[in-house]
Amino acid sequence: MTIIIESTLRYAMPLIIAALGGMFSELSGVVNIALEGIMLLGSFTAVAVAYLTGNTYLGVLAAMVGGVALASIHAVVSIRYKANQVVSGTAINILASGVTTMLARGLWAEGGSPPIQRIPDLTWPFRITPFVPLAFLLVALCHWFVYYTPMGLRLRAVGEHPKAADTAGISVERMRYFGVLMSGVLAGLAGAGLSVGLLSGFEEGMTNGRGFIALAALIFGKWTPVGACLAALLFGAATASQTFMQALGIQIPAQFLLMAPYILTMLALAGVVGRSTPPASVGIPYEKGAS
Amino acid sequence: MSRKWIAGIMAGLLAMAVLAGCGKSATDQQGGQSQQQSQQGSAEGEKKPFKAAMATDVGGINDQSFNASAWRGLQKLKEEIGAEVNYVESKRQEDYETNLATLADQGYNIVWGVGFLMTNAIGAVADQYPDTYFGLIDGEVQGKPNVVSVLFNEQEGSFLMGVFAAKTTKTGKVGFVGGMELPVIERFEAGFKAGVKAVNPNVQVITVYTGEFNDPEKGKAAALNIYGQGADVIFHASGKTGEGVIQAAKEQNKFAIGVDSDQNHLAPEHVISSMMKRVDVAVLTISKQAAEGNFPGGQTVVLGLKDNGVGWSDTTLWDKMPPDTKEVATKWAEAIKAGKVTVPSTRKELETWQVPEI
Repeated sequence: MTIIIESTLRYAMPLIIAALGGMFSELSGVVNIALEGIMLLGSFTAVAVAYLTGNTYLGVLAAMVGGVALASIHAVVSIRYKANQVVSGTAINILASGVTTMLARGLWAEGGSPPIQRIPDLTWPFRITPFVPLAFLLVALCHWFVYYTPMGLRLRAVGEHPKAADTAGISVERMRYFGVLMSGVLAGLAGAGLSVGLLSGFEEGMTNGRGFIALAALIFGKWTPVGACLAALLFGAATASQTFMQALGIQIPAQFLLMAPYILTMLALAGVVGRSTPPASVGIPYEKGAS
Repeated sequence: MSRKWIAGIMAGLLAMAVLAGCGKSATDQQGGQSQQQSQQGSAEGEKKPFKAAMATDVGGINDQSFNASAWRGLQKLKEEIGAEVNYVESKRQEDYETNLATLADQGYNIVWGVGFLMTNAIGAVADQYPDTYFGLIDGEVQGKPNVVSVLFNEQEGSFLMGVFAAKTTKTGKVGFVGGMELPVIERFEAGFKAGVKAVNPNVQVITVYTGEFNDPEKGKAAALNIYGQGADVIFHASGKTGEGVIQAAKEQNKFAIGVDSDQNHLAPEHVISSMMKRVDVAVLTISKQAAEGNFPGGQTVVLGLKDNGVGWSDTTLWDKMPPDTKEVATKWAEAIKAGKVTVPSTRKELETWQVPEI
């Protein structure tokens, strides 16, 4: 049983952290499908800095900085220049995949990093990376921030009704920058959790779609921290039980469970499993003074 | 004003992404060009160098596995006959056809498609470029005079890995981690299980397919699962996913068996052997035949143990296995080479397979 719980948590952890990141961006009204690219850059930065300095904790910090750097491109393009946010996100994903590959090959002849020292596991209550409790802590913090602080209220206001927020004296631009940059911090951290928390090295394209699944978890969780966390745990449990059942000799087509997160998300969007409604102004650039 | 800015920024981003993403090293191309010039100089422009290229599958050129092996073959070709060599990486399956066609368009004499998933793409592109030779690794395209298909008897090499695993295990349980459930990977699985059975039918094999070839974390999670159920040796046939398997072996202080290339360097104390699949040898040999005008078009070349197409790696850790392991494995290898033992290549064949007397 601990095996299933452990692998559920392993799988869910990066999804939870990245989904929280996506939540900040989307609540403020900016679609962020660049989570995948930001995570990948985070994974790379964490390993590269750990490799160069010998300090993995420094690598985790650097991953967050790298995430912010990449997210700031998305922020400027979609907030300052009001570009299509999906196009910008897609470009960033392609950019991140290319840049990490290029840098990894420059740094390590084989493209993949040599094994590095990863963040030590906790030993209690069972062996697990400290990123797992950190993820749950972040869920609680984000819940408190979004629903119980004035700043959280402002964040939601600019995503729901930017004009009203603007009239009330809230800077829509500033709140949206904050939302997108926070998504960079968290998605970068999620990437680090994958490469130096769960694994001990970088491989090209190692996030392998987790950013998109995190986005699915966010939607399935109705854009709330707790909901996204539960959705990520559900996706994790699905993957973990599939592996576990296979190991027991019960065969389920792997494709079926790979599809599961997306099918559930579509059902949620279609209102079958409780309606999932995005922030009203998500994806729409705010034009000051426009009617 | 602001629209132009956006357009500029987006174009810039995409251009950077494309430049960064193509991942082709400029030095290789320059090397090729200067070689072309020097050769033309010496042969007074009579003969252009032979040009060979490959398209990787989604694993990429640095998969430390069969794409990397194919690329080693091409580099050897460059060394041996001064060929101009190049590669393109496929980021997703939709790119296969485009990438192969691009290489054929650029005038490469032989274009390699690496991986079973390239089969349809090779078939389609070969019709469009009848004057280009195509080579397909791990898949079969029949009846096209400009295509050669190369298959390996992975089950024969995997059988020996099964012998190692069954000899080495102390818990009576071993594991197999596969990537996608493709016929190629089934050959690894069936061969491995037959090898285990041949040594000790009571050893249990725990099998997990991750559904991915490039997800180390899923490999690690699968391996932790298998080790958690009491296994102590895992053989993987899952590309980069398997690097997670090897990481798990290292952390749990258990054993792993690598695949395609010698993977011992990933964990020198824990990777007891690797099932070598000499894609490099196949690519080199057939490209050379093409350069000499003896391209085995339309044929399917099958490389097994007796052709040295598969086998165990040089860094097999004999001291981690019982002392008679090498002797037993060699005996089986000789029997397979002599055709006295046919190793099952599918799960179905495995079901009815009886351990023969040797």
